[in-house]
Amino acid sequence: MTLDAAAKKSNWFSRLAHPGQFLSWSRPLVLPLAVLSALLFAIGLWLSFFASPEDYQMGDMVRVMYVHVPNAWLSQFVYGVMAVSALGTLVWRHPLADVAGKAAAPLGAVFTALALYTGALWGRPTWGTFWEWDGRMTSTLVLLLIYLGIIALWRAFDDQLRAARIVAIVTLVGAINIPVIKFSVDWWNTLHQPASIFTAKGPRMPLSILTPLLIMAIAFTLLFLTLHIVSMRTEIFRRRAETLSRQAALSAEAN
Amino acid sequence: MRAFTALIARDLRLSLRIGGEALTLVLFFVMIGVIVPFAIGPDKGQLARLAPGIVWIAAFLSMLLGLDRLFRNDDDDGSLLLFRHAAIPLEAIVAAKTIAHWLLTALPLLVATPVLAILLAMDFESWWRTTFSLLLGTPALVAFGALGAAVTVSLRRGGLIAPVLILPLCVPVLIFGVGAISGGSSGPALLFLAAISLVVSTFAPFAAALALRVAGD
Amino acid sequence: MSPSHALPQRRLKVSGLCCRRGERLLIDQLDFEVAAGEILLLRGPNGAGKTTLLLALAGVVRPEAGSIALTGGEADAGSMSDLHLLGHRAAVKPRLTVAENLRFWADMNGGERALIEPALVAAGLAHAEALEAGHLSAGQTRRLALARLLVAERPVWLLDEPTAALDSDGELLVGRLLDAHLLRGGLVVAATHHDLALRPPVRLRTLTLGVPA
Repeated sequence: MTLDAAAKKSNWFSRLAHPGQFLSWSRPLVLPLAVLSALLFAIGLWLSFFASPEDYQMGDMVRVMYVHVPNAWLSQFVYGVMAVSALGTLVWRHPLADVAGKAAAPLGAVFTALALYTGALWGRPTWGTFWEWDGRMTSTLVLLLIYLGIIALWRAFDDQLRAARIVAIVTLVGAINIPVIKFSVDWWNTLHQPASIFTAKGPRMPLSILTPLLIMAIAFTLLFLTLHIVSMRTEIFRRRAETLSRQAALSAEAN
Repeated sequence: MRAFTALIARDLRLSLRIGGEALTLVLFFVMIGVIVPFAIGPDKGQLARLAPGIVWIAAFLSMLLGLDRLFRNDDDDGSLLLFRHAAIPLEAIVAAKTIAHWLLTALPLLVATPVLAILLAMDFESWWRTTFSLLLGTPALVAFGALGAAVTVSLRRGGLIAPVLILPLCVPVLIFGVGAISGGSSGPALLFLAAISLVVSTFAPFAAALALRVAGD
Repeated sequence: MSPSHALPQRRLKVSGLCCRRGERLLIDQLDFEVAAGEILLLRGPNGAGKTTLLLALAGVVRPEAGSIALTGGEADAGSMSDLHLLGHRAAVKPRLTVAENLRFWADMNGGERALIEPALVAAGLAHAEALEAGHLSAGQTRRLALARLLVAERPVWLLDEPTAALDSDGELLVGRLLDAHLLRGGLVVAATHHDLALRPPVRLRTLTLGVPA
């Protein structure tokens, strides 16, 4: 029974990932990332409003796509970030991974909710209903529920170290389960609606649609990165403040 | 192996001796079948059409109700701590407790399905199909439940959070469980259901044991 | 329960152990060794980390740094089933009888059912074996928890306040059990506020944990 806890590695990664180090190297990143994201949003929005064609069926409503698709992409990307953080928490027990996972959950939930919201806005004029039990929308909804459950679990714990590892287990189980959910929902969908309303993307997307879509997707991803870094920094500061106030309480007790 | 069976026997004996627990669960299960006609009307044709789904939802909710019991008592009195030093690994202990939990919470519901079948105007064919799909699907529900219970064992408010966590994960079980009842596609659905049950009940004990270890730390 | 029957020899070696509970570093750079036939008493005020240290030795709490090695006997014999932990909570099911409780733990811990009767006698519970454990007093429940140590023979005992809730008679009982265990080559780490009633030629060491700054 030999427990060699916390074998201290000192490679470049663990040095970069030390919370204190993270605070110092991430600080100068926030502003450029935010500016770049804003710039891409400006370009992307201009392109999607003025330089891309109307749809011959959906008219101007097709422009919702430029917001909807990036959000749908982020709803899954953020879960991927959380799953990687969960591995970091469980395998390497890294405090920065805890913080990354915790900071990503609410962001992921918001992007997923936005994807559903824009999907509903888009669905109203095109399908004639806000909500359709379509395969993609349904599995996105289930994904949102998983995000909300994970956030609830984070909030239920006082001890954040323990919370991180417990949430990591749930996150990974969710990550394994999401493809199964997707598959089952698709199966269920074809069972009840032989003819799908929303057929996958058209044969070829013209460049005038693809370019703004890509730019918007990058802009949203950068927005996520910016918010993620800021909220990780906030979480680290919050934990430090908590430690300080606990120490203050202890020393007040000693006096 | 002796420890494995001893644990199952103990959980069964405790539950029988305390009594009422399984009965309460069955009562809840049947009550859902009783209140649904009040909500959607007593039209027999409509009830019969909805019955498999209602039975599945009733089983689903009843099982969530009993979830908190799974590890809470053993955690409170210190048994869970001592299980760490038992002759079998914690994973096997979780598996034994999960099996006992299935016997105590799922089996009574299966036995009680005829009552619901009568209340909801199910014919024999759809009754046994429903019961069979429950038999195949409940192991997955219990295994997910064990995971939820393990994850929330160190939380006083865990009783509320575990269902919220598990519910979305159980969507495939529900889909294939109900899908296995309606004709046509029931073959593949039954296979998927059995596959999910097998895979989940194989891996959930490992995840749950990990969560229990973390909770003790 | 014949004291001549020897237990497998174990040696516990702790070096550089650090344990954290929440934010506080409760145990900082602790080194000690306990050999077979020895008892280590953990002393110190409440909150000094006695329970945490026991849990770390039991493999429940993961140390932040340092190592805990339990050696001896067969090469790295299954560490976890080598030790008994006696915590604050008795792990007794009130709706099972005294004998059923013990039989369960004998089965769980790979012990022998033949040891149940002698354990009940040793713990002074022979008259109560058919009673539901819920009817026992706090002291008797504690005795039942102690009897659990006897139904599965393990060389390492980690005891947290073994005499809690016991009367003077019970304290003598703990002393007798410890004496017999040590005589057979067992190893004990016990956190306690009281002096244990041990019979003199005892190889006893004391480790005092302080409140960390």
